[in-house]
Amino acid sequence: MKTLGDVKVGESSTIVKLHGEGALRRHLMDLGLIKGTSFKVVKVAPLGDPVEINVRGYELSIRKEEAAVVEVQ
Amino acid sequence: MADSQIHVALAGNPNCGKTTLFNLITGANGYVGNWPGVTVEKKEAKLLSDKNVTITDLPGIYSLSPYSPEEQCSRDYLMSGEPDVVVQVVDATNLERNLYLALQVIETGLPVVVALNMADLVEKNGDKIDTDKLSKKLGCPVMMISALKNKGINELFEQVKKSAASKGQVPEHKFDSSIEDVLDHIENNLPASVPANKRRYYAVKLFERDADACKLINLTKEKAARVEQLVAQCEQDCDDDAESIITGERYGVIAHIIDECLTKAPAKMSTSEKIDRVVTNRILGLPIFVVIMFCVYYIAVSTLGGTVTDFTNDQLFGTDGWYVLGQGRDAYDAAVEAAGDNADSVDPAQYGPYVPGITTMVHDALVAGGTEDGGLVDSLVCDGIVGGLGAIFGFVPQMFLLFVMLSFLEDCGYMARVAFIMDRVFRRFGLSGKSFIPMLVSSGCGVPGVMATKTIENEKDRRMTVMTTTFIPCGAKLPIIALLMGSIIGDSSTTAAWISPLFYFLGVFAVIASGLMLKKTKLFAGRPTPFVMELPAYHFPAIRSWALHVWERCFAFIKKAGTVIFASTVVVWFLSNFGSYNGAFGYLPSMEGIPEEFMDYSVLAMFGNLVAWIFAPLGFSTWQATALTVSGLVAKENVVATAGSLLSVADAGETDPSLWTAFAAMFPTMGACVAFGAFNLLCAPCFAAIGTIRNQMNSGKWTAIAIGYECAFAWVIGLFINQFYNLLVLGQFGIWTVVAIVLLAAMLFQIFRPMPKHAWTDEDETNTASAAVSA
Repeated sequence: MKTLGDVKVGESSTIVKLHGEGALRRHLMDLGLIKGTSFKVVKVAPLGDPVEINVRGYELSIRKEEAAVVEVQ
Repeated sequence: MADSQIHVALAGNPNCGKTTLFNLITGANGYVGNWPGVTVEKKEAKLLSDKNVTITDLPGIYSLSPYSPEEQCSRDYLMSGEPDVVVQVVDATNLERNLYLALQVIETGLPVVVALNMADLVEKNGDKIDTDKLSKKLGCPVMMISALKNKGINELFEQVKKSAASKGQVPEHKFDSSIEDVLDHIENNLPASVPANKRRYYAVKLFERDADACKLINLTKEKAARVEQLVAQCEQDCDDDAESIITGERYGVIAHIIDECLTKAPAKMSTSEKIDRVVTNRILGLPIFVVIMFCVYYIAVSTLGGTVTDFTNDQLFGTDGWYVLGQGRDAYDAAVEAAGDNADSVDPAQYGPYVPGITTMVHDALVAGGTEDGGLVDSLVCDGIVGGLGAIFGFVPQMFLLFVMLSFLEDCGYMARVAFIMDRVFRRFGLSGKSFIPMLVSSGCGVPGVMATKTIENEKDRRMTVMTTTFIPCGAKLPIIALLMGSIIGDSSTTAAWISPLFYFLGVFAVIASGLMLKKTKLFAGRPTPFVMELPAYHFPAIRSWALHVWERCFAFIKKAGTVIFASTVVVWFLSNFGSYNGAFGYLPSMEGIPEEFMDYSVLAMFGNLVAWIFAPLGFSTWQATALTVSGLVAKENVVATAGSLLSVADAGETDPSLWTAFAAMFPTMGACVAFGAFNLLCAPCFAAIGTIRNQMNSGKWTAIAIGYECAFAWVIGLFINQFYNLLVLGQFGIWTVVAIVLLAAMLFQIFRPMPKHAWTDEDETNTASAAVSA
């Protein structure tokens, strides 16, 4: 399964499914990370984590650990 | 009454300009409190232009889900029946995500007015929004405003008043027909008591299996079963869970709306993106961050702030006095120099526009009024009250400067980037990227340090940061370090310079060790907090909000200082000046035949003797050492002054060798001396900081936990230092050596053991959230 954390900087992809449960999953959905949403990984923090993605016209910071629940194409 | 008193709720995403709007329309003189039961801020104020309108600023949220305390407060308030109308603030530069919350608020059935904020930026970007069409699609009025430029506000509130009189709307937007069918069925199963405009809201909530809403509606068993069957069938058809279906439908509706109402100019790189390219650059990000932090620290703590604080402490509040604009200072200094030993006889007023210090002025006024020079009243007022206030207010200028800069960094959007850059480092020990700022500020003063934790949204992270941030040695602890260096090595400046960094190192170690240990305890148990955060576009903050931010923070401290902290200061003054001598209890300095060291007979000394046994394993069991620690609670730099008077080395500073010798003689060994230093640096901070901790925790229990933990940790470290010094250097072994070894083993175990499994599975998210609300 390829996840959001695996997408390289500068690359774009589309969300296939949101795994996980509870508050984190709902929060990600509320922020617009749902099935079919395309996004772009803009950059990675100087120490390698978290990553910054551009989704639905705004910038979002997400740890690789949490990005692992987002399955992408 | 409906048209005389209107309650308006202000809702919107974080960073949508809601607070700017609130400050603008209310003049920001509202009441700031907390929502019942949670530490979520609640702001309420009257509209400036119409006192009959009360505005309630809801917390910035992304959704009305039941998971976070902020979101729960917001929806509870919206459904409470109090608000007559909701102003939904929408960042017009990011319609898509902002409309997601707007749709949910519209579904509540309350009259809603959508305020498209940042209209000026939309125009600048060349985008066009068709507000009439948007209004039709959403089924509620839509107004363009700019809170920053104060545009469209009057029109907005004309509309708000009109809408408040209406009954509210049944939402216009429709989901996919298959979903609508299910929602219709659920609506039909709702009890008749649910009013028409709220039926859709509850239908959607029941569809999502929202626990709170289900409890509120309380369907009969068979109806609940029917609804469950409908939802389950729908989930099967869509091959997705109910929450995802609804979220997907909402974003689908929004996509349609945006297609029709928004014309976007061709995308070009915004200024914000350009700034971010450099500021959070993989290579330049860290160095830039270091430079910015160094500047903040250098200006607020070292140079400008330090100068102003010294001025307030020594000249304005102290006995030095000051010259207007510094005129005459040089001439006076030269005269003092020339007078040598007779420096006291030089009259500062001869050399320029001289203003005596407040202590001197009050003292002179008291003596002129017939009060005994150096008597009870004189001492209470000058040493106790003015001295205490001075010690506290001395920090105000420094705090002011610091908050001017930190609030700017926060309001312009840089703080979110700091968290982005530093997160990796701090989450290893149970903190978040945002914990860095408080730690840095604490190396100047713990009071603004603890206050800076306000920017950490997550409660667990915030509590942990508050508990550990005062371990970092603050400016007032430096004299203690200097005194220790002098006592141990007999030199405070050159060769012993390595000791001072050692104590900073001790502070950093305390933070890291505490983080690692505490995050595995029940107190901080639970899943690691997710760190999914919007990085808002950079913008120059509204001067008004910025100034208000600074003022709110400084004022909170002044208020605290004027009450609790001030009272504690006076109590300590009382403890050290009152006592019994020759069988009589009273004010010691004016008693007959009392020796110079009157504190030996004070209540403080009695108290010190009573609890001194606690410190026996640390090597210092004299009451003096205890008294020094207590005086350190007023202000840490007091430890040195008190040591001077207790050891009868009057007027000695931390650089005075005679004080070093006397101080070193207080302790049986060097180990005990260092243990004393370590204990005082790590234990409970001064009253000012404790008061701030109480403020920030907003809970007596958590304040007690924080202070208790700090003292216990300090005691254990002191024990280690003393016992291991005795063992390794002096070769002594005793029962306390065993205790120290056991404690060290326990500490290492707690630091290095893996995260206990129970912490993860103990409670599920919903429990945590509802516990937070009911707590």
